[in-house]
Amino acid sequence: MTMIEAIREAHDVAMAADDKVVVYGEDVGFFGGVFRCTAGLQEKYGKSRCFDAPINESGIVGTAIGMAAYGLKPVIEIQFADYVYPAYDQIVSEAARLRHRSNGDFTCPIVIRMPTGGGIFGGQTHSQSPEALFTHVSGLKVVMPSNPADAKGLLLASIADPDPVIFLEPKRLYNGPFDGHHDKPLVSWKKHPLGDVPDGSDAVPLGKAKIRREGADLTILAYGTMVYVAEAAVAETGIDAEVIDLRSLMPLDLETIVASVQKTGRCVIVHEATRTCGFGAELMSLVQESCFYHLEAPIIRVTGWDTPYPHAQEWEYFPGPARLGEALNKVMED
Amino acid sequence: MAARKSTKKTNVSADELLQFYRDMLLIRRFEEKAGQLYGMGLIGGFCHLYIGQEAVVVGLEAAAEEGDKRITSYRDHGHMLACGMDAGGVMAELTGREGGLSKGKGGSMHMFSKEKHFYGGHGIVGAQVPLGAGLAFADKYLDNGRVTFTYFGDGAANQGQVYETFNMAAIWDLPVVFVIENNQYAMGTAQARSTSTPDIYTRGEAFGIPGEAVDGMNVLSVKEASERAVAHCRAGKGPYILEVKTYRYRGHSMSDPAKYRTREEVQKMRSERDPIEQVRDMLLTGKHASEDDLKAIDKEIKDVVNEAADFARTSPEPGLEELWTDIYA
Ligand SMILES: Cc1ncc(C[n+]2csc(CCOP(=O)(O)OP(=O)(O)O)c2C)c(N)n1
Ligand SMILES: [Mg+2]
Repeated sequence: MTMIEAIREAHDVAMAADDKVVVYGEDVGFFGGVFRCTAGLQEKYGKSRCFDAPINESGIVGTAIGMAAYGLKPVIEIQFADYVYPAYDQIVSEAARLRHRSNGDFTCPIVIRMPTGGGIFGGQTHSQSPEALFTHVSGLKVVMPSNPADAKGLLLASIADPDPVIFLEPKRLYNGPFDGHHDKPLVSWKKHPLGDVPDGSDAVPLGKAKIRREGADLTILAYGTMVYVAEAAVAETGIDAEVIDLRSLMPLDLETIVASVQKTGRCVIVHEATRTCGFGAELMSLVQESCFYHLEAPIIRVTGWDTPYPHAQEWEYFPGPARLGEALNKVMED
Repeated sequence: MAARKSTKKTNVSADELLQFYRDMLLIRRFEEKAGQLYGMGLIGGFCHLYIGQEAVVVGLEAAAEEGDKRITSYRDHGHMLACGMDAGGVMAELTGREGGLSKGKGGSMHMFSKEKHFYGGHGIVGAQVPLGAGLAFADKYLDNGRVTFTYFGDGAANQGQVYETFNMAAIWDLPVVFVIENNQYAMGTAQARSTSTPDIYTRGEAFGIPGEAVDGMNVLSVKEASERAVAHCRAGKGPYILEVKTYRYRGHSMSDPAKYRTREEVQKMRSERDPIEQVRDMLLTGKHASEDDLKAIDKEIKDVVNEAADFARTSPEPGLEELWTDIYA
């Protein structure tokens, strides 16, 4: 199934299991979401459990926090990650901090889902990757699946989680894997092994990375769309790299990362988001702190540029296999 | 501060009617062409057409004077054409070319013109509303008699910052006309599913801002109401709200098949209330123009639009260095 169907199924499983789960957002109820991730839920569970919200992100997140403090489990959609900024205050000052400042009396088990990332000609207001704005905030968890099976399992884990989870969905992956070769036809998830999504209610635990490809010479840390870019770059350069899909940025599976870099001695980090203070900067510090004596070359980050996400030059901005491949070669030569 | 409905007809000259016809037709044909270029893959990403809403901006512009400002959302092509921005420059921005009004940096949703006092297209719903009040603040500060037309949609009308702005505009008596383009839908959500009041302009009462609902399919009604709103602002009486009831014929954007409403609903609007057809009828029945006159105008407009499309196709891609310009001074 596609990632969209997998996300819908996770909602369905969670709503069937627990009537405290409520789902809402802009166009989410009647229409089933602009990407169709909540299609059919209103028919099945009724308007009190899956419904439309007005266009007011701050209100959407703020009401979810109140519901959660009182025991409901809201799973809300921000239509694109680019629209979350009006809600940023509620997320940072309220959702993330409620548990601490109430000394644990009140908590905020909400999931805020949002399509993220580029590759769809969305320009500056429909392509951003704001993960670092959330990983920087203590009290938030931040998750990004790269395939349908993980999307279902991680969303179930996020809904079950007792704390606020920012659930970032790489929208370029909704219908199929994308390796950055934008001129090639779309491959459907239906023809990809990770499109086989297990039935049932098994969660994929937060904080566990997945090694997508084992390798001896170099470690690539990736998440979201960049997992496929990494696989393509490895195939094209022929370098025996280990590709790690982080899946969850906070909590982070440092153990898997460190074991891999200590084995390979080289590390390249790739993300779509802008470079300065991106999540790659944090990864680089952690790897350096934990693996310094095992490193045989400086760590390299391959990222989006420090510019607004472009309208006209998307493929210059988007870190594709060619740019990543160059970095892989460089790290091997260093 | 009772709101009133506009009912009476404006006296309008034949020349003015012809101009309305031209201006609305230009928007319609431009948008149809943009839709075609999109279908051909020359325009990508997000592209929101204004087809059906032409009378709103054309009626509003009829009340504008040199130096008045306008600011709107991402559904902005019509506003730019109506205030006289170059059709080729708009189309080339859609195709992301060097000749585009933002040199390919903005795309369909983000264009600007100092010369025409157009402060943009803005992609984030509601974000332009406080900016519009800021522009009006500057006019008031300069005491220059100008007004700002701040456009937003029925969906945007639920963003909190709209009401923060209403309050500020009211306490500071800002010369701003808030134009709510109520096309009954915010993406796939019908107004009644998201909005507490059927008449959004009535929300202004809570802030002491007068307003009214206007038939947005009739350019003359829009013009008449706009004149009232502008006179109010220019007289120093503070903001005014026009809720212009309109309809978009196409999907929310090019990627929206609009399955949330019926074909019949759209068809009814098109056949009974089309703003361009209404003016066409007035022109013909009033004997202000013949079929041949109108054909000549159609041809003229077709040429302008084709030229814009050719420009948008042939203007070169912006250089890569443009990615790095205009981020800082
Ligand atoms: C802050 C924000 N939230 C959501 C969106 C996505 N979005 C774009 S347009 C739109 C509907 C807006 O409807 P309305 O204000 O009625 O304007 P219309 O499109 O009808 O012209 C939505 C939800 C956005 N661009 N920005
Ligand atoms: Mg609308």
